Amino acid sequence: MTEEIIIAGFGGQGVLSMGQTLGYAAMVENKNVTWMPSYGPEMRGGTANCITIVSEETISSPILSRFDTAIILNQPSMEKFESKVKPGGLIVYESTNIIHASERTDIDVCAIPASDAANKLNNIKVANMVMLGAYLAKRSIVKLDSIIEALKKVLPERYHNTLPLNREALEKGKELMESLSVKA
Amino acid sequence: MEELDIRLMKGNEAMAEAAIQAKCDAYFGYPITPQSEVLEYLSREMPGRYGIPLQAESEVASINMVYGAAGAGKRVMTSSSSPGFSLMMEGISYIASAQLPCLLVNVNRGGPGLGTIQPSQGDYFQATKGGGHGDYHLIVLAPNSVQEMADFVFLGFELADKYRNPVCMLSDGAIGQMMERVVFKKREVPAIKKDWATTGKTKDRERNIITSLFIQPEKMEQVNLSLNKKYEEISKNEVRYEEIFTDDAEYLIVAYGLSSRISHKTVILAREKGIKLGLLRPITLYPYPYKRLNELANKLKGILTLELNAGQMIEDVKLSVEGKVPVWHYGRMGGIIPSPEEVLENFEKLAKIK
Amino acid sequence: MLTGEKDCIIEDGEVYELVYEKPLTTLTGTRMHYCPGCGHSTAHKVLAEVIEELGIQEQTIGVAPVGCSVFAYDYLNIDMQEAAHGRATAVATGIKRVLPDKYVFTYQGDGDLAAIGTAETIHSINRGENIMIIFINNAVYGMTSGQMAPTTLVGMKSTTSPYGRDADFAGMPIKVSELIAPLKGAFYVTRHSVHTPGNVRKLKKAITNGFKYQQLKKGVTFIEVISNCPSNWKMTPVKSNEFIEKEMLPYYPLGDIKLPSKEDLAGLK
Repeated sequence: MTEEIIIAGFGGQGVLSMGQTLGYAAMVENKNVTWMPSYGPEMRGGTANCITIVSEETISSPILSRFDTAIILNQPSMEKFESKVKPGGLIVYESTNIIHASERTDIDVCAIPASDAANKLNNIKVANMVMLGAYLAKRSIVKLDSIIEALKKVLPERYHNTLPLNREALEKGKELMESLSVKA
Repeated sequence: MEELDIRLMKGNEAMAEAAIQAKCDAYFGYPITPQSEVLEYLSREMPGRYGIPLQAESEVASINMVYGAAGAGKRVMTSSSSPGFSLMMEGISYIASAQLPCLLVNVNRGGPGLGTIQPSQGDYFQATKGGGHGDYHLIVLAPNSVQEMADFVFLGFELADKYRNPVCMLSDGAIGQMMERVVFKKREVPAIKKDWATTGKTKDRERNIITSLFIQPEKMEQVNLSLNKKYEEISKNEVRYEEIFTDDAEYLIVAYGLSSRISHKTVILAREKGIKLGLLRPITLYPYPYKRLNELANKLKGILTLELNAGQMIEDVKLSVEGKVPVWHYGRMGGIIPSPEEVLENFEKLAKIK
Repeated sequence: MLTGEKDCIIEDGEVYELVYEKPLTTLTGTRMHYCPGCGHSTAHKVLAEVIEELGIQEQTIGVAPVGCSVFAYDYLNIDMQEAAHGRATAVATGIKRVLPDKYVFTYQGDGDLAAIGTAETIHSINRGENIMIIFINNAVYGMTSGQMAPTTLVGMKSTTSPYGRDADFAGMPIKVSELIAPLKGAFYVTRHSVHTPGNVRKLKKAITNGFKYQQLKKGVTFIEVISNCPSNWKMTPVKSNEFIEKEMLPYYPLGDIKLPSKEDLAGLK
């Protein structure tokens, strides 16, 4: 199993931490992982993205131009990455922010209103966890429990009280994805 | 069974953690992207664990602090990125001449000049062919994973002490910034006797002097000759490389560091298309695997070097193969990193396979 | 008759009173390469005497600069490192940080310390490194034969200020001691000279303090030494000493610029 993912959005949407959390979870499950951020001025407010690769084998290139999955949180990233998804691949996008989604028919394109869902949970910051939960409902490369384990590592101790909220967000994402599948 | 210490870390952080575990007595550095995490990590972690982290006023100062502390017989390192590493060149030349063991890390970014903070391999010549003035060589290690960013700290110190020679770890912005799983094994760090160090002249020995000044030509030449003898010894013993799918290869990519990771995928993609492509990754850039490449050249139709520069290591590949096979270069610059597919496409064009 | 007493020597059957002896263990005995009358020889000897008298040869590590005193390690019988031009205090920082209980000093000229090495000088002092800096100020680049130094006096001729230093063109000579004294990391700042025996004795006292104060770990001890350069000043040694008195000292007055307080010195052995 090798899953090559691009996660992209605005700086501040939790793009990099989503990839990192996924990476930690993979490590918890003893899988190989490579997480490559786009660094530089992007760190300070522009668009941000990271490539996250999870595999049971040795990971070769950390730099990729084609992906199994794109998790997309803003419009510019949709335009930049929709063509980079391999045929048969997956796009999960944040449909509260993105108006024009990919119209590709050779891939699975899933709209998740993550910001809405996060707002309903009274914390917009967990929108990224809603997205991650939705993605994992489609590609179960790691268990939800491993994500919680990972969050314990990613989050500083003083934020550990938010773990239940994060779990809720992950589960909400899963629910949103499953309801999509039912409709389809 | 011993519990393994497994972490997900950035390359720069793994390097810093390894420095503490390798009992690095002092780290001297100056902030520069993309490797400021090293100084940050050590400033946070060294106090109370092991070693002294000191932020210098410049890279010029850091490298001379390294000189002083290494001359005092301690295990020391510095790290920087391309422009900062250029600033250190004078000091590195002095360190090489005075034969002071230490570890110098360059997390290569795009240049020349202030350049870009994105990854590059434009400092190959600087690292392997000198950089500073005079006849000298650094032992140059090129990690291609976060695990190796950690492992080569141990190896680097070991080689530095073994040969009383500065060791350079030539990494790049991508390897420094990316996160991967890294395993820290429990290791014993042996105490090394350095009876040449300036620790205070005791009655039972002559005074120790750390210097790179040999003003009489005859004496200077003797120093040059003995340095060269040491470099020959290093070349004989310390060549390291990795081969992937070279057994039946008709074509070969030669690449180090980040480029070797990209090339690995290119090789997999080529094999899927039935092209017998292999990969040789030099792990030591000095000494270089000339001999092995020369052997491999006997059965190859062509060699591609992938470098994130305008073609620097290709000169060593050409030297290795002595004209037996064509050698092509492909590279991107300015911090742009080619994808495995892009490399394959260009390889096919150069090798006229398509 | 003085036979058998401690301060006597007997040579060819004659007994002489010993009035002066070079330090025997802290100088190597190698003949110094300095020009006749040059203050470096005196400064080296005083330094060696202090190390011998304090009995700290085994605990002392020196750093030589680039300049006329580049070969200081040939004469001083202690462990030494030779630094790149201007970087002596960075090298000393490296040494002292890993060997905090040793006595570490640098010996630097004006070009080394106050031109090419200004950044290292200021920052080592600002960090309060527990080292002694001996700063030989002879207002000229000696080793490269007589170019203008950052401390060359206004109107003073050198090979690169052949018509005399013009302050409008080249700036004023830097008073390094006064410049660094306000820094908290500067614990003891003093200016001395080597042009008369009396001043040499005062210098010796200052260097003794400079070493002793290192035990307190309260910062840099900075000892500026006004020295001469008969060869490049193109004067006889006697004239050069007169030049110090008449021209150098009015601009670089001798004396303590920053003294530790009594409380600062509490606990000193």
